Amino acid sequence: MDQVGDIVQTDQYLTFTLAEETFAVEIVKVREVIDYVHVTRVPRMPSFLCGVINLRGSVVPVIDLRLILGMPSIEKTVDTCVIIAEVVMDGDALHLGMLADSVQEVIDIDPSQIDPPPKLGSMLDTEFIRGMGKREEGFFIILNIDSVLSGDEMASVEAIKAAASRASA
Amino acid sequence: MDGNDKHLETFRQEADELLGEIETVILLIEENPEDDDAINRLFRSVHTLKGSGGMFGLTDIANFSHGLESVLDKVRSKKLAISRELIDLTLAYRDQVGLMLHAGESGVAPDAARVEEIVTRLRALSPSSETMSDAPSPIPSAPAALSLPHGSVVTYRVRFNSHPSLFVTGTEPALLLDELRSLGECAVVAHFDDVPALEDTDPETCHLNWDIVLTTASGLDAIRDVFVFVEDICKIDIEDISSDAILDPDAPQPRLGDILVHRGDVAPADLHDQLNRQSRLGELLVESGRISSTKVISALSEQQTVARQQLATKNDSVRVPSDKLDALINLLGELVTNQARLSQIARNTGDMVLAVPVEEADRLTDELRDIVLNIRMMPIGTTFSRFKRLVRDLSGELDKQIELVTEGAETELDKTVIDRLADPLVHLIRNSIDHGVEHPDERIAAGKPAKGTIKLTAVHKGASVVISIIDDGKGLDKVAILKKAKEKGLVPPDVNLSDKEILALIFLPGFSTATKVTDVSGRGVGMDVVKREIDSLRGSIDIQSETGTGTRIDLALPLTLAIIEGLLVHVGEDRYVIPLSAIEECLELTADRFATTSARNMIQVRGTPVPLVRLRDIFGLTDPRPPLEQAVVVDVGQLRVGLVVDQVIGNHQTVIKSLGKLYRKADCISGATIMGDGNVALILDLAGIIRNAKSDEASAIIRNTEARRSALV
Repeated sequence: MDQVGDIVQTDQYLTFTLAEETFAVEIVKVREVIDYVHVTRVPRMPSFLCGVINLRGSVVPVIDLRLILGMPSIEKTVDTCVIIAEVVMDGDALHLGMLADSVQEVIDIDPSQIDPPPKLGSMLDTEFIRGMGKREEGFFIILNIDSVLSGDEMASVEAIKAAASRASA
Repeated sequence: MDGNDKHLETFRQEADELLGEIETVILLIEENPEDDDAINRLFRSVHTLKGSGGMFGLTDIANFSHGLESVLDKVRSKKLAISRELIDLTLAYRDQVGLMLHAGESGVAPDAARVEEIVTRLRALSPSSETMSDAPSPIPSAPAALSLPHGSVVTYRVRFNSHPSLFVTGTEPALLLDELRSLGECAVVAHFDDVPALEDTDPETCHLNWDIVLTTASGLDAIRDVFVFVEDICKIDIEDISSDAILDPDAPQPRLGDILVHRGDVAPADLHDQLNRQSRLGELLVESGRISSTKVISALSEQQTVARQQLATKNDSVRVPSDKLDALINLLGELVTNQARLSQIARNTGDMVLAVPVEEADRLTDELRDIVLNIRMMPIGTTFSRFKRLVRDLSGELDKQIELVTEGAETELDKTVIDRLADPLVHLIRNSIDHGVEHPDERIAAGKPAKGTIKLTAVHKGASVVISIIDDGKGLDKVAILKKAKEKGLVPPDVNLSDKEILALIFLPGFSTATKVTDVSGRGVGMDVVKREIDSLRGSIDIQSETGTGTRIDLALPLTLAIIEGLLVHVGEDRYVIPLSAIEECLELTADRFATTSARNMIQVRGTPVPLVRLRDIFGLTDPRPPLEQAVVVDVGQLRVGLVVDQVIGNHQTVIKSLGKLYRKADCISGATIMGDGNVALILDLAGIIRNAKSDEASAIIRNTEARRSALV
């Protein structure tokens, strides 16, 4: 009985790195991971929306997680990957590519090993964090990717865009 | 139960089509009351609606239709003339039946009192209809008559060889023939061969025989029933000729000779003999005395009926849900993309063995694409006929006399475009009726005919279709528009605008010049919605208006939303597609091109200055420009602009992919496409680029002014 309970309770996460830090997303949200390909930039959009790629005939938007999380953008390396995830935006499911410095592994984590997001000290917008996972190697941050594209966030796109166009003009 | 619902649904669809037909035809009749063909079409539609309504247990529709049918029957037999009242009642009938059909879904119950009123007024139109034809004429009894309009309609040849004593039994053959006519399309030829000379004629003896070719859905039994009282003394031969080989839709049109042989009127050998003499077969046969001329006429009329029948069979269509078509289009898009990729690989490898089949596949893909896209094409006329009714009703309501003239109804457009175009067109036509065309007395005072004209035309122009709405009304009041825009703060009070720019103001949100809000138009939500819808169809809108003489609105729309012809260009490290329909020419930006040496943003194109829009600036690219740039001159809503790009690559046929929700605010880009090498190229939204270029320029000017002021202070 206990064993069955454990299996049901254990969640799987895909871990990846951004600026030396380890992050994770729920595996159920991840559709696939592909190597970095050329991303076609869509002009006059905020820089965290880095563009679109061709995923077997579909046009899939790609976001730069570094910029969303307030880190500096870096040159792409051989380790750079695109995590294709299924996210919900304003009630509609869509495919989204997320740039990661490198993809690590799929891990099983017991829910008891996940703490709520810290109020202070993560240097990140806590809105994007679902929790902190604990492993022997240390902590990792579990992202809430649905909130990354939430209506509020996208609304601020307009403001960023206006600022950007003022700056560039 | 499910099956029954399905049949009912089929009935509703068919009935909706019939109602559409009724509306179209009655408006045709209004224009030309002498059009017998239209009157017959109207009668048939009402009759079918009655018959099938009864079959599906919708007795209210059947009874209602019966009332109208009785009146139309009199019109058909010229006992009653077409009147305005009858046209109004027919249209009212059409609306009420529409409500009855969809009462279940829409929740709008048909107005029983209104129906009663229509029936009463219809009765008043033909006072004697009670006695004449109150007994409902035969309702088609074939169960599938409606759902399979072509399948169950059968053409019969009826040979009615009367017995000389026919009259003695009290039978009037003319009535029998009338009864046959009521079953369907009927061609009757009488044979006078046996009629003796006048002095030998016995008036109580029947000398006539008839050949009847009848196309009906009623079935063999219904025809037998007609002859039930005479079949003992007369020879009645009924033969189904639509199942004959001569009615096979793939077979060539039946030849007269075949029919005559088939009917046994002429022996094959005789026919062959005559055919060897190259002359009109019918004439020859008559001349040589082998058969009488009436037999030839009879056979000829059969030939015509059968030919018509074949035409109908050939026009047979299949009803397919549009989502299946959408899936097909999507798949086709993938195929075209993949094919482009394959071709590129074949070119790169330079392998001849590979090149030949790839080229073949290329051709097949192109053909397939054309055919599949063509399936979605529909003539725009279906939408046009709706507007006839709109104009008629609204002009009546507003006491104006307006005629709607349509041209180019056969112009084909993608179904999606047509569907989404309907609302904007309704709005524009309403505007023309309400604000454009004046009241008759005003028109006469202005020296115009009392009856105004609204012209609705559609023509192909390159890769787009231009739909124009032209009225001969009072035109747009430019002074009032400008005043209003200033009042509403839509433009600065001291601005100086050209006529064109003033007219464009009416597309701004929240703009309406009508001082009075009627229920027709003028709530100030109109034109900006029209503009947005046309923009979303990747179309453009253009207004010309002369005070006193009228207004012309041109809508240019792409033929299809799935694929566009584009020009591929390089800007920075990415490639972009410019819709080919907007492109006028491409040129290199050499130094002598510039209009003046100081103004680097203007070039001379054939003597006229054209402003430049640098895509690198718009896209915010900072890397160094190539030494020699190229300009693509485009025409965006009457504004010519040179788009500066790094390099023009060439023509590209583009399958359009949506950028998705995340990029719905990207207003420079209307979509994306996947290139042969697997990369994504973006499709430019020219109107959006011009908009952005203008706002960039405006903010630059403001900044400069501020800088100057602060320097002065």
